Amino acid sequence: MPRTVIETFSVTRLDILDAEGNVDEALLPPLSSDDMVRMYELLVLSRTFDDRALSLQREGRIGTYPSILGQEAAQVGSAFALEQGDWVLPSFRETGVHITLGYSPALLFQYWAGDERGLACPEGLNVLPVSVSVGTHIPHAVGIAMAARYRRDRVAVVAYFGDGATSKGDFHEGFNMAGVFRPPVVFICQNNQWAISVPRTRQTAAATLAQKAIAYGFEGIQVDGNDVFAVYAATRRALERARSGGGPTFIECFTYRLSHHTTADDADRYRSASEVEEWKKRDPQERLRRYLEKLGYWSEGYQRELDERARGIIDAAVRAAEAAPLPDRRDIFTTVFEGLTPSQARELEVLHDAGA
Amino acid sequence: MAEMNCRDALNLALKEEMRRDPSVVIWGEDVALYEGSFKVTRGLLAEFGEERIKDTPISENSIIGAAIGAAMGGLRPVAELMTVNFALLAMDQIVNHMAKIRYMFGGKAGLPMVVRAPGGGGSQLAAQHSQSLETYFMHCPGLYVAVPATPADARGLLKSAIRDNNPVMFLEHELLYNSRGEVPDDPEFTVPLGVAEIKRRGDDVTIVAYSRMTLLSLQAAEELEKEGVSCEVVDLRTLAPLDRTTFLESVKRTSRAVVVSECCHTCGVGAELAACIFENCFDSLTAPVRRVSGLDVPMPYSRRLERLCIPRVEDIVAAVKNVMQQKY
Ligand SMILES: Cc1ncc(C[n+]2csc(CCOP(=O)(O)OP(=O)(O)O)c2C)c(N)n1
Ligand SMILES: [Mg+2]
Repeated sequence: MPRTVIETFSVTRLDILDAEGNVDEALLPPLSSDDMVRMYELLVLSRTFDDRALSLQREGRIGTYPSILGQEAAQVGSAFALEQGDWVLPSFRETGVHITLGYSPALLFQYWAGDERGLACPEGLNVLPVSVSVGTHIPHAVGIAMAARYRRDRVAVVAYFGDGATSKGDFHEGFNMAGVFRPPVVFICQNNQWAISVPRTRQTAAATLAQKAIAYGFEGIQVDGNDVFAVYAATRRALERARSGGGPTFIECFTYRLSHHTTADDADRYRSASEVEEWKKRDPQERLRRYLEKLGYWSEGYQRELDERARGIIDAAVRAAEAAPLPDRRDIFTTVFEGLTPSQARELEVLHDAGA
Repeated sequence: MAEMNCRDALNLALKEEMRRDPSVVIWGEDVALYEGSFKVTRGLLAEFGEERIKDTPISENSIIGAAIGAAMGGLRPVAELMTVNFALLAMDQIVNHMAKIRYMFGGKAGLPMVVRAPGGGGSQLAAQHSQSLETYFMHCPGLYVAVPATPADARGLLKSAIRDNNPVMFLEHELLYNSRGEVPDDPEFTVPLGVAEIKRRGDDVTIVAYSRMTLLSLQAAEELEKEGVSCEVVDLRTLAPLDRTTFLESVKRTSRAVVVSECCHTCGVGAELAACIFENCFDSLTAPVRRVSGLDVPMPYSRRLERLCIPRVEDIVAAVKNVMQQKY
């Protein structure tokens, strides 16, 4: 009996813009200079939001918040490729995705201040609520994509999650189902190397996360997650494939969480400062800035004006979020079902009577 | 006696049992280097090493499933769920396997395992992370369910749970970790599973509670004392096995009962307790039993609204007063 190789696999990685701001022209996706400047401004705005959220948390004005610092390119680059009407299922660390899609930063602040009304997605956007439960939204994305295809709706569905989520049963079952039914779904993993205190190598013995898709019968690709062009190019291609009936794609954005897991964490306890310093050199914003400067689209004056503009937007968002009326005790019941049940109506009366 | 908080009492119990029995191991998310999201496993990695305390991937279903396997394979695993809410991801392992394997193997396979899980509301963690799920486990035949309220009980019950050959869901309340109390020094101190404790003696009404609600009930009893109402407070300590005798005897003596639980009202622990009292003490009751429990809603994220959904001391006081005024 012969012993033959019946399958071999390879995993591709895409890099377009390096840390010095050099690009591989052959791989550069078709983006106008306006697009590139817009991407840069979204990176800056996302970081400005993040920075403000961290200080608001320290002041006790919002609750626990997960920083996106260092992951902006993975978020802005991928969301930039989406079209109006596409569905997005975020995990809990996608501020840059929300901001790129035009989700109001005021609503985001309202949510992180402890008010789920901030998750009530504005009309015209299909962004699902934040999934704090790790990976549980992956099967939902498969189902939404199956529904879209059945309804002949030419939208694509994108689910975001972290490296830690790839250990979940939901990930494996969801991927398997996507491989079998081939709906228009794109899975984007922000492999930021850490799941709270657990490093990527303790999450899986596989050399890459991208290769996990191969076992389920569809393409997995790794991209430099700090390279906004590579993320954009890979997402665009995956979305085209999804829309044209080519089925699912998995994109592993190789990036790094520069901040703590959340404001309730202290990452210095479990990882080295030198590792963090190394990754700071690969900053996604700085490399795009260098590239734009080479093209003549960036100057210090422009940066000052941009920073001021971003601060203005974020200031206004904080003001709007804090001016939102406090939730009413009715809100405990009103969105649980469509309409109050008799027992809820009774409970509400009791609460009123108690003067609560 | 030493004064300590529940976190340290649980930590001490884990250390003592790991020293005592090399087959005790701990598996969970962020339990080793990070020492647990609530720091209950502090110092364990340093003392017992990676072989006995392991950070798992984020795979709740397999954390429990593998612990079941390890228990059948001769260890005494203590699996830590980061919060009880993630038990829902492992519900088939818990309900169909952890609870039933001993029975289905004709008693041949013991399941000496503990699942530790912090839970409860009040920390503003929103709907999916603030639940009190004890009813789910209490409803499932084949599981022990421990719900300690004090540091002494936390330590004593955890030690018993680890030594016991039955599978135990060990439910810790997140708001009790910093709560302090006296804990006996004896390293062999344990609290038996299935034995309630009368935490306060009284004559007019029996308050039956567990976990954090025991502390609130004791505060309510204190306030009511000032108004001349004498409350007996029974702390169940475990929901399964349920020590019916202690609270039924108490209710027969006081003739009135208020049952307090943080879980949702409908079909909650309070419903079981009230039914039990009606079935067994009907003739002794001078007023209907009252339940104080969580509202039947997903927990709001808003602090202001969350407050309204979890029983407070004043709710218990009001329920007791109501029972004192009513008559059959
Ligand atoms: C099902 C489930 N298990 C555990 C947790 C607790 N938890 C919250 S975030 C997190 C780590 C997630 O890591 P990763 O998927 O890499 O995302 P990242 O935080 O790095 O963005 C864990 C374990 C949770 N929220 N849900
Ligand atoms: Mg991660």
